[in-house]
Amino acid sequence: MTTTAHNPAVESHGHEHGHAEHHGPRGILNWLTSTDHKVIGLSYTITSVLMLVIGGALAEVIRGQLANPNGHLVTMAQYNELFTMHGSIMIYLFAGPFAFGALANIIVPIQIGAPDMAFPRLNALSYWLYLSGAITMLLGFFVTGGAANFGWVGYAPLSDAVYAPGAGADLWIGGLLLTGFSAIFTGVNICATVFYLRAPGLTLFRMPIFTWNLLVVSILILLAFPILTAGLVMLYADRHLGTHIYSVAGGGVPVLWQHIFWFWGHPEVYILALPFFGMVTEIIPVFSRKPVFGYKGMVFATLTIAALSLGVWAHHMFTTGVVLLPFFSIMSLLIAVPTGIKLFNWIGSMWRGQIWFSTAMLFAIGFVVTFLIGGLTGIYLASPPLDFFTHDTYFVVAHFHSVVMALVLGGMAGLYYWGPKITGYMLNERIGKVQFWLAFIGTQVFTIPQYIVGLNGMPRRMAVYPNDPEWQTLNTWSSVGAIMIGISTLLFVVNIVASWKKHPAGDNPWDGHTLEWFTTSPPPHHNFFRLPQIRSERPTWDHNHPEAKALAHGKEDH
Amino acid sequence: MELTPQPPKGAPAKSRLRRLGAAIALPIAGILLSGCTLPSFGARTPETTTGQSVYHLWQGFSVGAVIIGALTLGLILWAVLAYRRKDDTIPKQSQYHIPLEVIYTVIPVLVVVALFVATVVVENKVLAMPKTDVSINANAFQWGWGFTYKDHNAVAIGNTTETPTMVMPVDTDVKITVTSTDVVHGFYVRDFSFSRYALPGVRNQFTLHALKTGTFFGQCTQLCGLYHSIMYFKVKVVTADEYKVWLASFDTPEGRLAAAQAKKVLAEQMSAHVPVKTEISRGAN
Repeated sequence: MTTTAHNPAVESHGHEHGHAEHHGPRGILNWLTSTDHKVIGLSYTITSVLMLVIGGALAEVIRGQLANPNGHLVTMAQYNELFTMHGSIMIYLFAGPFAFGALANIIVPIQIGAPDMAFPRLNALSYWLYLSGAITMLLGFFVTGGAANFGWVGYAPLSDAVYAPGAGADLWIGGLLLTGFSAIFTGVNICATVFYLRAPGLTLFRMPIFTWNLLVVSILILLAFPILTAGLVMLYADRHLGTHIYSVAGGGVPVLWQHIFWFWGHPEVYILALPFFGMVTEIIPVFSRKPVFGYKGMVFATLTIAALSLGVWAHHMFTTGVVLLPFFSIMSLLIAVPTGIKLFNWIGSMWRGQIWFSTAMLFAIGFVVTFLIGGLTGIYLASPPLDFFTHDTYFVVAHFHSVVMALVLGGMAGLYYWGPKITGYMLNERIGKVQFWLAFIGTQVFTIPQYIVGLNGMPRRMAVYPNDPEWQTLNTWSSVGAIMIGISTLLFVVNIVASWKKHPAGDNPWDGHTLEWFTTSPPPHHNFFRLPQIRSERPTWDHNHPEAKALAHGKEDH
Repeated sequence: MELTPQPPKGAPAKSRLRRLGAAIALPIAGILLSGCTLPSFGARTPETTTGQSVYHLWQGFSVGAVIIGALTLGLILWAVLAYRRKDDTIPKQSQYHIPLEVIYTVIPVLVVVALFVATVVVENKVLAMPKTDVSINANAFQWGWGFTYKDHNAVAIGNTTETPTMVMPVDTDVKITVTSTDVVHGFYVRDFSFSRYALPGVRNQFTLHALKTGTFFGQCTQLCGLYHSIMYFKVKVVTADEYKVWLASFDTPEGRLAAAQAKKVLAEQMSAHVPVKTEISRGAN
């Protein structure tokens, strides 16, 4: 173990060896060259949380500008860059990679009892593509003309070479292409891992819901992301190769970009959301000491959401006048049904449980409440006449911020829940609870005034707005909420520092249900020294509480 | 102390379900039966016929959202308050309750169907294109609007420094055709509760029927570049007589000259002229 053995016999068997971490380079070089899913997952986690902080900082500047009707914090040109990059960073560089690159990468292989991802090197490639894509996109701030400034949706022709001539736009396209390939490779990897590397006994209907959701997300990634990649290549060709795919002057169709973008963009909403649904579905039952309520219904709800999500893209385009409204309306409304099933199943999982209000559980409940608000307001937007009324106003901004802030709360729940498993140490619960209340109340203070000001007719993406005292009051409140959310995010960083290597977590601090709680914290290289019998979706619970098996409908105890 | 009311085992479970069913069904019946005395739920009172249909749809959706939201939030709060961990016992490990799961699948489907039917009814009203003689072209460009009137000399053009005003008659169906000469813009008048994109290459048409005279605030709602934030316009709704007088003011020699100059400016704005290929005259239907 002193010098790395360059013995060919050991080399060739290195990946099967129980102590493989003793081979190869050490320290930072080990980190950089690692193909261990836990190391890659941690890199993803750190990078994406950093992106959350950067995107959040931009949001604070935006809210600073909007606290007054005639804000002079930034110019109109800078403002356009700010919200474009805020949206782009949050969607492309934080939410997605955090959802399917960070915790998924660490947890999915462990939950199914696998030693690693199916393609560890492809996994490493995914991360490096993601990191280079993120850097590429952020470099836009440092070029002449500034970063991309046409909104995170990049509608043509505003994003073409005539209206967005700067290099910032090209860096935005390049960054998206790189992170897009990263996502596709992760999708391939998770699919292969889930289908081929499950432990003996872990049938599909014994997979934890988090793993189920990630499998479905991976399939959605494979269906949706190549479309975006193709769309971006065509946009690039329009900008630099003289094609006219999206420009009317050359015989192209601008609205084609919207179709392509949203054909990726709406499945993307669920690609972002489903992993967080999965996290919460793991957390709520564990802290209620009950199995997840309606496990099979939960799986079918996930599958239904995924299927419907491929047929709803044009609900972003109701006011274009060029889409078949009733079809996209009913498809969008129907998504409320499986989503509602999930909500009721989360409540059912808590019902008659023994709820332990750890920070993770508080965040999970905060997610459910915030998502309820975001979900209900989404139903309005599925109705074309109501969309004509609210489209491109702050009502829509408030709706999707309720949803994505719910996802942030869910992500925090995931970090507090799995953090001890990943690092081996507990996070401070007291700081965590302060962080939760700030984030939860801040989210509502942030979004609720936006709903009202949107119904009052304030459009989105405005650097300045008419001097209406009511609009100003509402915007000021929204800015206060944004500051609360900002402080809560900083508290998370404080918590990591404050609880650094203080309280060892042990293998199973929460009396968990799934396989990751059966192994050590942090898990060894290749994850397991032994596995329990797997006879349900809760193998660790079954092992620790053999007398308390999940009951089918109508069954009594014992 | 028992925080949870423990229902007796066996048959009463059914009556509990029935009560739950009544709790859901009664308010929905309430929505259907009650008329226009509902609160606004934050929406402005609209000043067009179609805006009013949208307003009622908004109220209907809101009643549903409030009921479902209150019910769900109530259940969450109940669970959170009633089932706090009190001791180290393991609760009953129930995982399925088939009738309950069927109920919360079927009822949302029924609610969705109801919402969809209401949506289609209102959508058809909002997108109807009744025959009318008043027809206005609204042309959006970076960053302003030009309004021209079919069969008349009248024209109004303005940009970010000089807000343009679209004049239209009250109590009349007015056909609006929205086009764009450059990027995607959005035609939006908040008091009409309506917006429609101005898409390059597309003539987007809809009807406005104002119920009240006055000047209303309009704005571009689709990000269109640097001065998107201040791409305002006004809609001035006047009586039929005032409208005639206003149209006639462009038929005097001075009026003709002003109109010709304004149209020249508009033509210059449209120098990067975009050929119109698609005619949309009733949503997409």
